[in-house]
Amino acid sequence: MTTAQQPAVSLEMAREFGLSEGEYNNALEILGRQPTYTELGIISVMWSEHCSYKSSKKWLMTLPTTGPQVICGPGENAGVVDAGDGDAIIFKMESHNHPSYIEPFQGAATGVGGILRDVFTMGARPIANMNALRFGAPEHPKTRHLVSGVVAGIAHYGNCVGVPTIGGETNFHPAYNGNILVNAMTVGVAKADRIFYSAAAGIGNPVVYVGSKTGRDGIHGATMASAEFSEDSEEKRPTVQVGDPFTEKLLIEACLELMETDAIVAIQDMGAAGLTSSSVEMAGKGGLGIELVLDDVPMREEGMTPYEIMLSESQERMLIILKPGREEVAKAIFDKWELDFAVIGTLTDTGKLVIKMHGQTWCDMPIAPVSNASPLYDRPWEPTPAAAELEDAVRALPADKSLGDILEKIMACPDQASKRWIWEQYDSLVNGDTRFMSGQADAGVVRLPGQSKGIAVTTDCTPRYCLADPVRGGAQAVAEAYRNLSAVGALPLAVTDNMNFGNPEKPRIMGQFVGAIQGMADACRALDFPVVSGNVSLYNETNGEAILPTPAIGAVGLLPDAMIAVGIAFKNEGDTILLVGEGTGHLGQSLYLREILGREEGPPPPVDLAVERRNGEFVRGLIAEGLVVSSHDIQDGGLLVTVAEMAMAGGIGANLSGLDGADAGTLFGEDQGRYVLAVRADKAAAVQEKAKAAGVPVSVLGKTNGTALTGRGGEAITIARLKAANEAWLPGYMAAAE
Amino acid sequence: MKAAVIVFPGSNRERDAVAALEAASGTKPHLVWHRDTELPKVDLILVPGGFSYGDYLRSGAMAAHSPIMREVKARADQGVRVLGICNGFQIITEAGLLPGALMRNAKLKFICRTVHLRVENTDSPFTAKYRKGQIVRYPVAHGDGNYWTDAETVKRLDGEGQVAFRYVSDEGDAAPRWNRNDWNPNGSLDNIAGIFNAKRTVLGLMPHPEDAVSAFHGNTDGKPMFDGLVEALS
Repeated sequence: MTTAQQPAVSLEMAREFGLSEGEYNNALEILGRQPTYTELGIISVMWSEHCSYKSSKKWLMTLPTTGPQVICGPGENAGVVDAGDGDAIIFKMESHNHPSYIEPFQGAATGVGGILRDVFTMGARPIANMNALRFGAPEHPKTRHLVSGVVAGIAHYGNCVGVPTIGGETNFHPAYNGNILVNAMTVGVAKADRIFYSAAAGIGNPVVYVGSKTGRDGIHGATMASAEFSEDSEEKRPTVQVGDPFTEKLLIEACLELMETDAIVAIQDMGAAGLTSSSVEMAGKGGLGIELVLDDVPMREEGMTPYEIMLSESQERMLIILKPGREEVAKAIFDKWELDFAVIGTLTDTGKLVIKMHGQTWCDMPIAPVSNASPLYDRPWEPTPAAAELEDAVRALPADKSLGDILEKIMACPDQASKRWIWEQYDSLVNGDTRFMSGQADAGVVRLPGQSKGIAVTTDCTPRYCLADPVRGGAQAVAEAYRNLSAVGALPLAVTDNMNFGNPEKPRIMGQFVGAIQGMADACRALDFPVVSGNVSLYNETNGEAILPTPAIGAVGLLPDAMIAVGIAFKNEGDTILLVGEGTGHLGQSLYLREILGREEGPPPPVDLAVERRNGEFVRGLIAEGLVVSSHDIQDGGLLVTVAEMAMAGGIGANLSGLDGADAGTLFGEDQGRYVLAVRADKAAAVQEKAKAAGVPVSVLGKTNGTALTGRGGEAITIARLKAANEAWLPGYMAAAE
Repeated sequence: MKAAVIVFPGSNRERDAVAALEAASGTKPHLVWHRDTELPKVDLILVPGGFSYGDYLRSGAMAAHSPIMREVKARADQGVRVLGICNGFQIITEAGLLPGALMRNAKLKFICRTVHLRVENTDSPFTAKYRKGQIVRYPVAHGDGNYWTDAETVKRLDGEGQVAFRYVSDEGDAAPRWNRNDWNPNGSLDNIAGIFNAKRTVLGLMPHPEDAVSAFHGNTDGKPMFDGLVEALS
């Protein structure tokens, strides 16, 4: 084999590529020689944290991933669950954190593009997008620019491809000053018997490249995502890819059209590590070899080397294994959509990845030994010490502030303030199948195309809980997702997780990861809510400062008819307002404690999984019977904030006679497993009877009434005042820069 | 009523349009690919929303030169009704079926929300089922909806009843000219949301009546437009 034109490989170069000395020596041993420059590049991305999950795999394996509803769990491009009647729901959430910090617009846009490809690769038409965003402190000099760029990037991509963005969440905290989080989720629908997988099969079958041309963008992006940031991270800007949603839209339509034929054996998108990971994974899963002739790869730049072609992360590209003789059928479809189509190789029986170009061989290495040897670490970890309980006196409302002022302040704080400025930039209605989008319900709801059946989608995580107690925080994130789906009336089906953490080589950080997984696993088991796909983003640290542990949970639920879904808005005067579940007034890690008392302390609220399940089933049952007018789970800010949101959404107030004399714990405690429901007054007694029979605590809070929150023996707090406070913060903050 | 919906690379609201037309007429419209050069015999041509050609160059500019547009213009000249919604409005304006241009939203951001519109002229099959001055709610979802034309043209549009819809407040107030109030989502000239050609056989508008036609949408204010077309063209 010739190595002409390739730089000489050394340990020093391997280190630059992100390999440790041990990993480099291992590569020498497997190959029985020095790797070529191209081979070293390929090995380094295959063994990067981003592609190999080397720090996280041991713990990810402990998550429950099976259930009668699961068609395909983790390991494919996305998870697949059964939605009945031959329909399958395919979904996944994925991070694009590092690129979005360096170049927010393109970083976020290509994050959306990547997750869309993971879903339509499997044969699904994408029907909903969500996103979970975490930014630094609002007063940090970069935050405004990052919010502006990330939101515009998501809008640019999602709006153009014609997939509605129906919800998400946004938090601000100084721990994200140097590492923002951009987690994007796509949900698609396919026929359960027409799902496409990535394992290659059929020796001699053609390997086909479709989509955009390959350029030099994004080379070594996967390696960038596997290291901490430092002061000079902005120099990494050239490794950020540039997205083209127009090409993606054409690629979606062309791939779905090709999938209606019987031409495809296997298909995979070119995501992180581009042609390298797609070709190696497809051949590896099929136990085959693959030979690529890179001269035939459509290129948009002159003089690209095999190394650059194999590691490019140019966007909007797919690799397809076709059945023999179907090249013309496939090519006609891609010609129609004006996309590149090229046969670039064949499957072989050698078990090797062979790369040829200019008549030379640049890489000739065995796939299985390199894949199997990808390192797996059992990193040392320390459990997070338990936080001290708060003193009882914290439950007394402060004497020097009115309740109206307290509520107003919480409604206006950055975490709680309306994110309308963000979600109005997203097309939430395209396709005409959206029932509920941001601000209308606890979960986004869309119907399946051409059907009345609906799916509900939510993303959830409370990072401040996870920092104080990763086990509880991990369980809470799953429980909240379960609750948000139940609150609209949807049966929770399954979960995708996006694990965002700091440097796993630090035992404290690894302990956060291990704890969160443990909490999530407990909750997923107790709630029959398996994890079917996910993504891990580690090394979210800058100059040694880690982000809050953020195991973002995306989840999907099923509605037999999307029209039965219930939103948060109060709809009628005189409805009875009920509290489902009960609390102890838990103020540890609450928004009230942070925003009003200036303390980020205490343990997060405990999560009783049996209660979550029982109360969730009860609420879903009521909604299925048509007994619920308005429904909202109690989360950030506690009971009074929940009622305020229902009042603001409906423009109808509430007389809360059931809260007379309530203290801060009752009004603002963030105890879990609870919902506020509005039911017609003449149905309230029946609902309470059902609750008694089900052993679910239900109490009357009051009734919907007027244009303010009244009762409790105190002042009237008008909806107009709360709305002004809630709506003003984000637009005001963003406008300050313009 | 027989209808054709034109599909360009990057169109993305053709399914919404097809559903609204089918619900109103009981007949599935023809989907016509932009490279086709012939149209079936139809009573209505709908140019749907989306990002034809990725909005590259200028919204609607490239689609306006697609092969099928020559045929659309010929049919429009014969009096076949043409409805351009959102990107469709941009395309038929670029193609010269309507005067003026759609520029970037005044606040430079894409905006998706439900807005209030006042029906300014009911003397067309598009608007016959509304009352003159009626306030309706349609969603908007666009980045380039800021209608502009020269002073003489806007005077003519106004005088000849070619303004179909204006953005108004929820109480029906039209803002003064050049106003960039909150209820006008894009800063359009004279609060114009949609215009007719001189014969009122062609309508272009930025908001989406096709996404407001059923209880599922929680809004049926767009339904009278499709019912009116069916009644007039069947």
